[in-house]
Amino acid sequence: MKNLIKSTLALLSIILIFGSCGKGEKQSDGLLASNAAEKVYVKPGELDEYYAFVSGGFSGQLSVYGLPSGRLFKVIPVFSVDPEKAWGFNEETKPMLNTSHGFIPWDDSHHPDISQTAGELDGRWIFINGNNTPRIAKIDLTTFETTEIIEIPNSAGNHSSSFVTENTEYVVAGTRFSVPVPQKDMPIKEYKGNFKGALSFISVEPKHGKMNLEFQILMPGFNYDLAHPGRGASHGWFFYTTYNTEEANSLLEVNASQNNVDYIAAINWKKAEEYVKAGKGKKMPTNYAHNVYDENTHTATSTMKKEVLVLDPAELPGLVYFLPTPKSPHGCDVDPSGEYIVGSGKLSANVTVHSFSKMLKAIENKKFSGTAYNIPILKAEEVLAGVVEQAGLGPLHTEFDDKGNAYTTFFITSEVVKWKLKTWEVVDRKPAYYSVGHLMIPGGNSRKPTGKYLLAMNKITKDRYLPTGPEVTQSAQLFDISGEKMELLLDFPTIGEPHYAAGIHKDVIMKNSKKYFDLKNNKHEFVAKSEAETKVVRKGKDVHVYMTAIRSHFAPDNIEGIKVGDRVFFHVTNLEQDYDVPHGFAIIGANNSELLIMPGQTETLVWEPKQVGIWPFYCSDFCSALHQEMQGYVRVSPANSTIKLSWSLGE
Amino acid sequence: MKKSKIYMILGSLLLLFLFVFPLWNITLEAPQYPEPLAMDIWINKVTDHNPNDIKNINLMNHYIGMKDVPTDLKEFEIFPIVIIVMAILGVLIGFIGRRKLYVTWGIVMLLLGIVGMYDFYLWLYDYGHNLNPQAAIKIPGQGYMPPLLGSKSILNFNAISLPMAGAYFMIVGIILSFVAFFQAKKETK
Repeated sequence: MKNLIKSTLALLSIILIFGSCGKGEKQSDGLLASNAAEKVYVKPGELDEYYAFVSGGFSGQLSVYGLPSGRLFKVIPVFSVDPEKAWGFNEETKPMLNTSHGFIPWDDSHHPDISQTAGELDGRWIFINGNNTPRIAKIDLTTFETTEIIEIPNSAGNHSSSFVTENTEYVVAGTRFSVPVPQKDMPIKEYKGNFKGALSFISVEPKHGKMNLEFQILMPGFNYDLAHPGRGASHGWFFYTTYNTEEANSLLEVNASQNNVDYIAAINWKKAEEYVKAGKGKKMPTNYAHNVYDENTHTATSTMKKEVLVLDPAELPGLVYFLPTPKSPHGCDVDPSGEYIVGSGKLSANVTVHSFSKMLKAIENKKFSGTAYNIPILKAEEVLAGVVEQAGLGPLHTEFDDKGNAYTTFFITSEVVKWKLKTWEVVDRKPAYYSVGHLMIPGGNSRKPTGKYLLAMNKITKDRYLPTGPEVTQSAQLFDISGEKMELLLDFPTIGEPHYAAGIHKDVIMKNSKKYFDLKNNKHEFVAKSEAETKVVRKGKDVHVYMTAIRSHFAPDNIEGIKVGDRVFFHVTNLEQDYDVPHGFAIIGANNSELLIMPGQTETLVWEPKQVGIWPFYCSDFCSALHQEMQGYVRVSPANSTIKLSWSLGE
Repeated sequence: MKKSKIYMILGSLLLLFLFVFPLWNITLEAPQYPEPLAMDIWINKVTDHNPNDIKNINLMNHYIGMKDVPTDLKEFEIFPIVIIVMAILGVLIGFIGRRKLYVTWGIVMLLLGIVGMYDFYLWLYDYGHNLNPQAAIKIPGQGYMPPLLGSKSILNFNAISLPMAGAYFMIVGIILSFVAFFQAKKETK
């Protein structure tokens, strides 16, 4: 009996041993995970290989991460106010957020795109669109600051934006909502045939990057969703996806999903330039803001522009063609060669790929199936390059690597699918957590994509991070795409909704990164370039304080003669000329924010004292060992006081 | 022309490199300065090694009561004249070709060099010890004099003081005057 028990136990233990051996997979999982950890680990003191500029969605910002670590370096305020940097709060940057609707401190930032030269990322500027109050911003990648914002007239929901042509000749904008052009009071139901969709071409001056709205193409009243430029042979063309070709004005989830086929609009912008030159454009009155920040005056100015040149594709042959594309296409992506235009029908299971060379041939041979508002519709079979069949459900966006592969996100099936150009076969698929929207491969929208990393940007995260109440973090996921199969390396949180991103190798950017502003070149109206130049000047109720900051004091730091009802302008110049030595300026009761002043820069905070008393100010950025001593007082006297203005330091 | 004369003339002319290259360099290393702060000392001026280095050295040093790095020392007026005079004299001596003058010139240059170094030492001593009594950071017994030659740790900084190209040219110039002396001796045999 004992023997029987013993042998049963022995048998059981053998089963247990073999059973646990059967779970060997778990072990290889562990190996894989440690391998992934090594791939994203950037040792202390070492640098990431890529910059990733990730849109902040409804935060209106643009955030800067390192890849592969996923570490956040900077949040650049664009269409937002930022009390940390005084963006939108100090006098210098308030004009940046001016629009025809007045001061708009928020927007929905969507699609960053880095400037290009000869089809490759040159890392000079990054552009991003404001979706809500249509705007395009330019961020200077030497300072990582927004230096220009142009409002887009005749538009609403600036979604198919902001993508650049291969020499940054243009950054384009496109309207998601069609609207009456010009705007007028009319019944919404009369939308069909009366509303227009404006596609805007904004030139970028090659040396300084100054933007100018050159012309708009007034398209039929569809919704223009996304866009990408042609490149190589297709340079000179721009491609836009459309939905709601039904021209519905209500319950679009049903009414705009009725047509089996919508279009990709192929715009010949070189032809548009010819028409403009030939005087075929019409000048129409309008009103939009153009805001420019000057690096030498450290000050922005806002100018209202009153006119825009429009082109009517119904009257101008050869300007626009429609490529039939199934089921409300969303993403519109052009491969590195410029031959393939990928349309992702978001209600479809297939990905449709058009051929640029076939399109040219079809145009030449007039293979049209009809017209829409006098714009030729090309025959679908004449322009089709291929279809990625049953790849997933809800394709949204596609990017490319350097080995002839394409990667498409599928929102509904929540996955990234890798497929081959030309053969259209699916090679690999990996789940994304969860509901992936855009994806980004550094250089993926250029002639020279890289083949190392893919960043998937997800719409929801659910259980992927520690819960933080009903609102949980937004998220990106990093994949290694260097092998045949993709490998998930890292989840990391992002700010706002990461709609799209642009990635670039560190070497292109970091060598140009500015360390401080040269004090000698500071042309701010109220600069004090030394403590000898500091002063306080009264002009009626406005008091201008020409103040300096240097480790570890302000000059002056005692001010008397301010009265209740005054508007005090603190123009603070940071006299430092060393890397990473900003000074802050904070004063009690300020209704705006602090200042964060870079070395060599001047910034202005308006303070309106409402109470009599002695009120302190201090440096809010830990600058030095005696940072805590960097402080001062303002004496505020009653409105009828006769105390004279006086100021001092160290007396 | 005799080799000795060439050596002498060449040696004297090498002094003029003091106007092309700095004589000395003081570098300050600290954890917060991955790019160290440094100043170049010339025969006639002190300059930033990298833009704004002196401004930033002064900023650091004001906390411990050190004076600003002087940029208008009277030495910067006297030394260049001495060097130009010595260079002209050396060339003349070379043309005259008397070997005893060669060695005299060399010894005078050596003495001048020693006087210059002593002057530099005095300046460094004053710079490191003549402190503002109202300084924010006062450490009893702590001097801040950078080393004359070599490296020394001063609070959070490591100060390194080394000759630069100008000094090497001057030394080679002096050596050449002695070489000229011995060469001339050979030539007369």
